[in-house]
Amino acid sequence: MSVTRLHTHLDRLEAESIRIMRETVAECKKPVLLYSVGKDSSVLLHLLLKAFYPARPPLPIMHVDTLWEFRETIEFRDRVVREKNLDLIVHTNQNGVRQGLNPLVDASKFIYAMKTEALKQALAEHGFDAAIGGARRDEEQSRAKERVFSLRGAGQRWEPRKQRPEPWGLYNTRLGPGETLRVFPISDWTELDVWLYIRREGIGLVPLYFAAERPTFVRNGALLVRDDERVPLEPGEKPIAKTVRFRTLGGWPLTACIESDAADLDAIIAEMVDTRQSERAGRIIDLDPADSMERKKREGYF
Amino acid sequence: MAVANEIILPAARLAALENRDTLRFAMCGSVDDGKSTLLGRLLAESGVVPDDRLAQMIRDSRKHGTCGGAPDYALLLDGLEAEREQGITIDVAWRYFGTDKRAFIVADCPGHAQYTRNMASGASSAELGVVLVDARAGVQTQTRRHTAILAMFGLRHVLFAVNKLDLIDYNHARYHAIEQECVKLAHDLGIAGADAIPVSAINADNLVTRSANTPWYTGKPLLEYLETVQVERKVEEAFSLPVQWVNRPDHKFRGYAGFIAGGRVAPGNEVVVLPSGRLSRIAKVIGGDRELESAEAGQAVTVTLTDQIDVARGDVIADPALPPEVAAQFACHLLWLDDSTLLPGRRYLMKLATRVIGAQVTEIKHRVDPDTQAHLAATRLVANEIGYCNLSLDAEIAYRPYKEDRRLGGFILIDRESNATVGCGTLDFGLRRDSNVHWQQLDVDREARAKVKGQAPRCLWFTGLSGAGKSTIANLVERRLLADGFHTILLDGDNVRHGLNRDLGFTDADRVENIRRVAEVAKLMMDAGLIVLVSFISPFRAERQMARDLIGEGGFMEVFVDAPLAVCEGRDVKGLYAKARAGKIENFTGIGSPYEAPESPEVHLHSDQESAADSATRVVKLLVS
Repeated sequence: MSVTRLHTHLDRLEAESIRIMRETVAECKKPVLLYSVGKDSSVLLHLLLKAFYPARPPLPIMHVDTLWEFRETIEFRDRVVREKNLDLIVHTNQNGVRQGLNPLVDASKFIYAMKTEALKQALAEHGFDAAIGGARRDEEQSRAKERVFSLRGAGQRWEPRKQRPEPWGLYNTRLGPGETLRVFPISDWTELDVWLYIRREGIGLVPLYFAAERPTFVRNGALLVRDDERVPLEPGEKPIAKTVRFRTLGGWPLTACIESDAADLDAIIAEMVDTRQSERAGRIIDLDPADSMERKKREGYF
Repeated sequence: MAVANEIILPAARLAALENRDTLRFAMCGSVDDGKSTLLGRLLAESGVVPDDRLAQMIRDSRKHGTCGGAPDYALLLDGLEAEREQGITIDVAWRYFGTDKRAFIVADCPGHAQYTRNMASGASSAELGVVLVDARAGVQTQTRRHTAILAMFGLRHVLFAVNKLDLIDYNHARYHAIEQECVKLAHDLGIAGADAIPVSAINADNLVTRSANTPWYTGKPLLEYLETVQVERKVEEAFSLPVQWVNRPDHKFRGYAGFIAGGRVAPGNEVVVLPSGRLSRIAKVIGGDRELESAEAGQAVTVTLTDQIDVARGDVIADPALPPEVAAQFACHLLWLDDSTLLPGRRYLMKLATRVIGAQVTEIKHRVDPDTQAHLAATRLVANEIGYCNLSLDAEIAYRPYKEDRRLGGFILIDRESNATVGCGTLDFGLRRDSNVHWQQLDVDREARAKVKGQAPRCLWFTGLSGAGKSTIANLVERRLLADGFHTILLDGDNVRHGLNRDLGFTDADRVENIRRVAEVAKLMMDAGLIVLVSFISPFRAERQMARDLIGEGGFMEVFVDAPLAVCEGRDVKGLYAKARAGKIENFTGIGSPYEAPESPEVHLHSDQESAADSATRVVKLLVS
């Protein structure tokens, strides 16, 4: 038995997120939770387990695997699924595999096929009418106006002008033919909130988030960790061992790391309070014009 | 890139961050008030905008900026491609920043014409409203509108950020006048907690530190105000838990999951399930994966009961000593959000807490003028309009009036065809009194009765100052009609006050009730097939409109018997003006109480310019034509 504490910011965020997940399960026919194995997904999974305890989560989780994930990411994913006894669906866009797309040769084509297209395929194939994701509004400018329950039209497209008002957190989940929902329970969380919550709750993460010596190389100005031999080094590039960590995780050739000594949560939080770089600056896919995220969303990206 | 030196955060600071609380506020202002600049500047000055975002803002300032290439802090906020191109803000944007003391969740509300519906999401969850005021203009129509909407959504605290103080040369007297005006506005709208801060977003005056430009200002700078303002989180004290999801992993466990809307709950507490009214006791309270000794409003929990009773999503588990009320018909405020029109009688879906149920608006009592708060007649609502309506549901639900509980009194309406969220509203009270009185269908109706009399029922509503000649003219009209074989009745103000309305005085509320009763009586008499002449001062436009609405547009003829106050006072047939002037009659129309002249009466008579007989002739002519 434990006594309730006074409600802190983290308590309020947690309660609201759990409410959103329960609402999704109560009102949607066939929801799924999108699990990218990153820190936001780990928080999402933790909240999911709390929301439905003592029942097992009444919905599957799904990972869209680009086949360029870090090996540690996949190992961590499989361990979590085993330990928590979860239903995991892994989906990969086989068309994209056949085309042999290489993230370092054509990043945007790769992203579209292996993430955006793959996600749309998977949702359509399984007939999911609601996909819960870990996107946060503070991540990027165009997300600032995203709803918690984001309506997607035919083809999973996001229509900024057709979004529904959500006063008092009253979510309208009714759908017409071809329409689906993306649900973002941690919309109101900031990156700092996520780290503080991970620390408070003792949530396990992929070790890549913590500083360690790793084999790095620099390409196009981005500091990368070479995770396998698929990418040959170009003339002049040489692997250097550096103490680095990741603030955000994606396919390994598309995610830059930062030099850092922060090897535990306290150090990461300390660095974050002091840092002057935004989180998605490490996402090579976002470096284009300011509205690139908005365009990707309209195409069906998360 | 050099290896960063390890930064160590003192344990106390980490604890402070982990234990800080939240302030949710809605920021409202017109396009020209400098809202985005203020918010952008506040974010930048409080150190939460990363360097790469600042750099992007400076780059964008050259392309889209409105500051001649200088850093345009508003660009830190603009999100969508479309709005940058069009230079408008089309939706509520959510902003997040924080200090060691508090985390802030900001609903950044747009200020242009579609303000109202876009403010709904932001204002509904806010604990504080921040209203931008341009120091050059003072309180504007927009300021009134924004503050009125905040009041409708039940906000108890508003901060007026009086911006662009640099443009009035930091003039204390001018600021002070605006501050007074703002505080009065808030109080008039029923918002008890109102404060103001003089700022200049462009110069960062009084944002993070107190400015040397306003030595006369001794209050807190904006950020410190936000960190320390004590907002009363109005939460109902009695326990209530709208059931969100029934958790049944196996036959041994049956739990009810939900977000506690009010009060506190602990194992052993007696509870009632509404609307069924079944009683039981709490067995366990589960939060996350642990059993709790107790839990309170704002927590997401799962409870189990000691009895196997039927509980479903949409039910409310509550404290039987102070349970939510149960009703199927309500008076409510309704804000229309959609481009389609609200049509009374059309069937919508209502969602309140976790309940979704069929609903229709049975009557629009009035529409609220957003600028003056005046009540206007309405038969429909279009986007951004606020109406006061009667709402009828397919079945009874548990609820609390919105002013007592936002979570059990706020609702949305959903269109069954388009699936759009078309309206949102706040329940005022349940109409239980009407629930057992049904309309009796009668075989003989108004038309049948009128036909026997060979006439069309009408209501001639004579309005005007005391002594203007209403009763004289109405009396003449009735004599003519009777002579021509019409069936009539004359309801005279003084006479009705001796009988039916003798319990009513002359306060504004009693005058309204006076008119309501007379209008209902007139309607009954029209149902009897009669031509009804009503001769009442009826000084208020809204009540004459109410009578018109009740009786119906076709049957209602407003006859304005117009004479200047001086003329009426000169006649003073009953000696009332003299008494009123001597202070012996309070609230006498024209002296202590206003007369609101009709704007477009069907007949406008000038009793100081034509004889009563001529006036009567005009009325009869119009009636029989």
